[in-house]
Parts: sequence; structure tokens; C-alpha cells
Amino acid sequence: MTDLQVNSKLMDLTTAVDRFVQDGDCVALEGFGHLIPFAAGHEIIRQNKRNLTVCRMTPDLLTDQMLAAGVITRLVASFFASGSAGSLYELRRRVEDHDPEPLEVEEYSHYGMVCRYQAAAAGLPFYPLRSYAGSDLPQLNTDIRKVTDPYGGGEIYVVPPLQPDVTIVHAQRADHLGNVQMWGIVGAQQEAAFAGKKVIVTVEEVVDPEVVRSDPNRTLIPSHAVDAIVHCPGGAYPSYAQGYYDRDNLFYRDWTAISRDPKLIRSWIDRWVYNMPDRAAYMEAVDDERWASLQVATKMSGAVNYGQRQPQH
Amino acid sequence: MNNINTVRGDVTDSLEVTRFDAEFLVTVAARELAGKRRVFAGVGLPTLAVDLAQRRFEPNLEMVYESGVCGAHPEGLAEGIADSVLVSGSESVLNMQALFGYVLQGGNVDVGFLGAAQVDRWGNLNTSFIGDPKNPKVRLPGSGGAADIMASAGEIIVILRRHDLSALPAEVDFCTSPSPVRAREKDPNVPVNGFGVSTVITPLGILRRPDRYGELELAEIFPGVEFDEVHAGTGWDLKVSENLRTTAQPSQEDVALLQQQIDPDRFYLR
Repeated sequence: MTDLQVNSKLMDLTTAVDRFVQDGDCVALEGFGHLIPFAAGHEIIRQNKRNLTVCRMTPDLLTDQMLAAGVITRLVASFFASGSAGSLYELRRRVEDHDPEPLEVEEYSHYGMVCRYQAAAAGLPFYPLRSYAGSDLPQLNTDIRKVTDPYGGGEIYVVPPLQPDVTIVHAQRADHLGNVQMWGIVGAQQEAAFAGKKVIVTVEEVVDPEVVRSDPNRTLIPSHAVDAIVHCPGGAYPSYAQGYYDRDNLFYRDWTAISRDPKLIRSWIDRWVYNMPDRAAYMEAVDDERWASLQVATKMSGAVNYGQRQPQH
Repeated sequence: MNNINTVRGDVTDSLEVTRFDAEFLVTVAARELAGKRRVFAGVGLPTLAVDLAQRRFEPNLEMVYESGVCGAHPEGLAEGIADSVLVSGSESVLNMQALFGYVLQGGNVDVGFLGAAQVDRWGNLNTSFIGDPKNPKVRLPGSGGAADIMASAGEIIVILRRHDLSALPAEVDFCTSPSPVRAREKDPNVPVNGFGVSTVITPLGILRRPDRYGELELAEIFPGVEFDEVHAGTGWDLKVSENLRTTAQPSQEDVALLQQQIDPDRFYLR
């Protein structure tokens, strides 16, 4: 066997989640509107993980689904809605009516969350930011604190590091060694990955290491930060993967009606998560016409010249 | 333009809009962007306003989205700040640390466009909870980037779809994004960069804060609106600007652009 095969981090999703996600863990699932790790979230539901703390800047449909499945007891987040698609009713029922039980919430602003990952990734005790002066957020969340600037600039708010037991992200492609390339909106995935004790990355494509090495600047998460690479085409659906397929906006809008009804959301999870053996089965079950409507036309980037040493004569 | 009605499928749009039409709010908001350079836009009416302003008044207006996209040149209407259409053809896509840290907190954003459930007289915004935050009646989306944008953008423009006592209370139930007035009072030793809210556009008129440590006052009133309606819908004793004027009707060119090119499916124009 070559070194390349020995060092392979490829495994299937069932194995990766079973091996790296334990009950009671703190799990970050990042992806800002783009590359949301839906397949991995569904696998966590399917494996009946319990008592998870989920960290996610923008809890959206995926978080609503994981809440309804009873996976999450604590949520660390900064935006509690689904963008233009509206309210997350399972989340609202948990917070407003404690139905079926209360939800522990730890709340920051977006930049506060980014700084928390950055602090953990860089091994810092806290990270300062110029937000929160006069806000009620520090009163709601006493982990948002003030320190005195040792260089005389007054006081500044700081946030604590956020080190997840496991960070899970989805990306366009990786090689089997674990070098992960992504493009388009990349959010806080790099910071979250470096912050995590263990890292699972699901990808649309597994490519030859030569492909990665032809464009190393596109590798946002290098192999040494990754524990598992999972080949998972469509793994971000119904969110999107730039250059692969677009977001299913219709499904996002439909979610409002599904999540408004506690019975409906649970039967949705039965049908689309528990009754699906894996992601391939889910993608197979997505309506062909719907899937076809999400395909994108090609728009290639211009190539860049990395250069190489001239051959010696 | 002679023909003031345009027909699209079975729907007829009128280029003669009134203050009750979304087109009115958007054109008013777009005019506020004249002379501005780099604008942090959210989804919905701000998306339309920024697009219209770029086509009509400020070709160099740079659209920045909190998803990391700077200098967006979308080929279609974005359904959200992370829409793929904003990425293709854009000038730059940054990670979150670069966008919030370097671009926003570094002082490079002139205008932030925010929505809110509640705005008070100082321009404090609530996007978090209605009722007691520990046991809320309504769980709203929360800060997202709003607390960060308020702290670091040069100024903030707010668009409200309602002008009533619940949207403009004497005091917000929860202060997600504080004005410099409140920041100075509660955290006097923490430096604050931004001016805070400069402009609030409501369905009745425009409120402005001329002074960084001052309060909102009525600067423009929409045609056909009575003072009583504005005062009855505002939770404090709203001052009226010495230079109060009546807001100009949107031009038919602006309305036509919105209806025919920017949002032909009336995705946000509702």
C-alpha cells in the first residue's frame, strides 16, 4: 500500500457520526446559508444521539428538524430564524411555550460567534470585539464580559472560546487525505473546523490529490485539521453547493407550514430521515423535476498561474 | 412616459403608486442612499432599494452582504443574503472574520440597512424578544449581525413596514442594537464607532436623528398623511423638524424599474 492509501481519511457517514459524535457532545454544524451539512444532521437524528449542545450561527431548518427529533438540549447561536424563509416554529415552541420542554439557549451576535471560534482555533482565552456597548445581550448572556484595554483604550467586550467536541461542515470537494476545498460563501467554516477537537467534512466530490495541489489557495481546511472525509453528493440539499446545485427555495418556504404543526414536522422527520437508510436514498426520493430545476449552468473561474521551476538542462 | 400602466401576464401594475404600495417605501429608501458608497444590505426591501439606488443615483454604490459578498453584481433577484446569485460575478467573497472584522469593524461600511420589530426615540433597536426576554411572548430572530452593524457602520437606515405603538414604543422590550446614547449611558468606558440610526422610514413618513446623542424627529411626512396619525402611532412625544417637508412622489421611471426589472415577480414588493 502506498502512503496515500494508508493516510486516507475516507469513511461513510454512518461510521463517521457513530465514531465521532457521542451523546452529550458539543457539536458545531456550520455553513452560512450555503453548504449547510443537512446530510450529517440527518445522520445524527437517525442514530438517535441525545443531549447535544448544537453550535450554529444561523439555526435554520436543519436545527428545527434536530430540535423536533429531540436531539438538542442546548443551542449556541446568533440568528434564530431562517432568513427570508421565516420563523422556525419548533424552535419557537421550545422557547416561547417550553413545548415539549424548555430549550437552553446561549446567544451572541454573528461576529461574537465568529470571534468565539477564532479564539478556540488560535488557543486564546477570549477575543475582543467592538460590539455590545449598551446592548442587553451581555445581561442575557453573562459569558459576554468586559475587560480593560491594557494599552489605554478604555474597556472592551470579549467573548470566550468555543471549542466543539466535533465540528461538521460540508464542502464542494476534498482529496482522500483530508484537504478540503470550498468556494462561494465560506462563512466561519475554517474557524469552526480549527476550533473543533474532531472534524467531519462531507463533500460533493472526492478528487485526486493532484487536483487539490493544482490550486492550494482554495484549500480552506488542510488535512491536519480533518478526521473524516465523507463522500456525500447532495449533502447540503435543500441548501446549496455553489457550482453544483442551487438552494431549494420552494422547500424553504414550505417549511413554515411544516414546522408550524408539531405533528406534521414529526411525520416529515419520520418519512425523510428515520425511514431513509442513508443520504443516497434521500436524494433518490427527491422529485426528479424539482432536482432538475436546481441544476446550475456552468460558469468557470479564470485560471491562475502558480508557476513552477523551469526544467534543468 | 405616456403609458402609465404596464401589463405583465394577467397582472397590471400601475406606475402611479401611493404611499400604501411597497414601491413607495423602496423609492424613498433608495433616495436616502444618494452620496453613499458602501452599503450593508439585508434581504427584502433594502435589497430592492440598494439595487434601485445603484441604477439611478449612485453607480459606484457597493453592495456588501453579511454573508461575505462585497461588490455584488447579481444577475437576478437574491432570495436571501447567501443566495448563489450574489456570489457569481461578485468582486469578492470574504470569510466571516474578514467581513465582520476588517470590513465592518475596520470602519469601511458607510450605511447599514436594518429592520427591527421595535425602534425607540433614541434609535435603539429590538430584534430579539417581545415581552420578558427570560420568558418571551415572541421569540424574534435575535441579533444576527445587527448588534455588530449598529456598533460599527457609519450610520444606520431602518425601514419599518408598520408605524404604530408596538413598532415605535417609548422603550424597547429588549435592546439588541443600542444607539450611542444608550451605549454612553450604560457603558461609558467602551468606545463606540457608529452614529447609530440616522433615518427611520415608516409607512407614514421619515424620522431622522440629526445629532449622534439626540433623538428621532419627524423630518418628512408622506403625502396624504395627517400629523395626528403619526403622533398617535408613536410611543413618545415625537418632535417635528423645523424643516419638515412632504415626501416627493416616486418618479415613474423608478417605479417602472422596480416593477419590470428589479422585482418583476413581486417577491419583495408585497
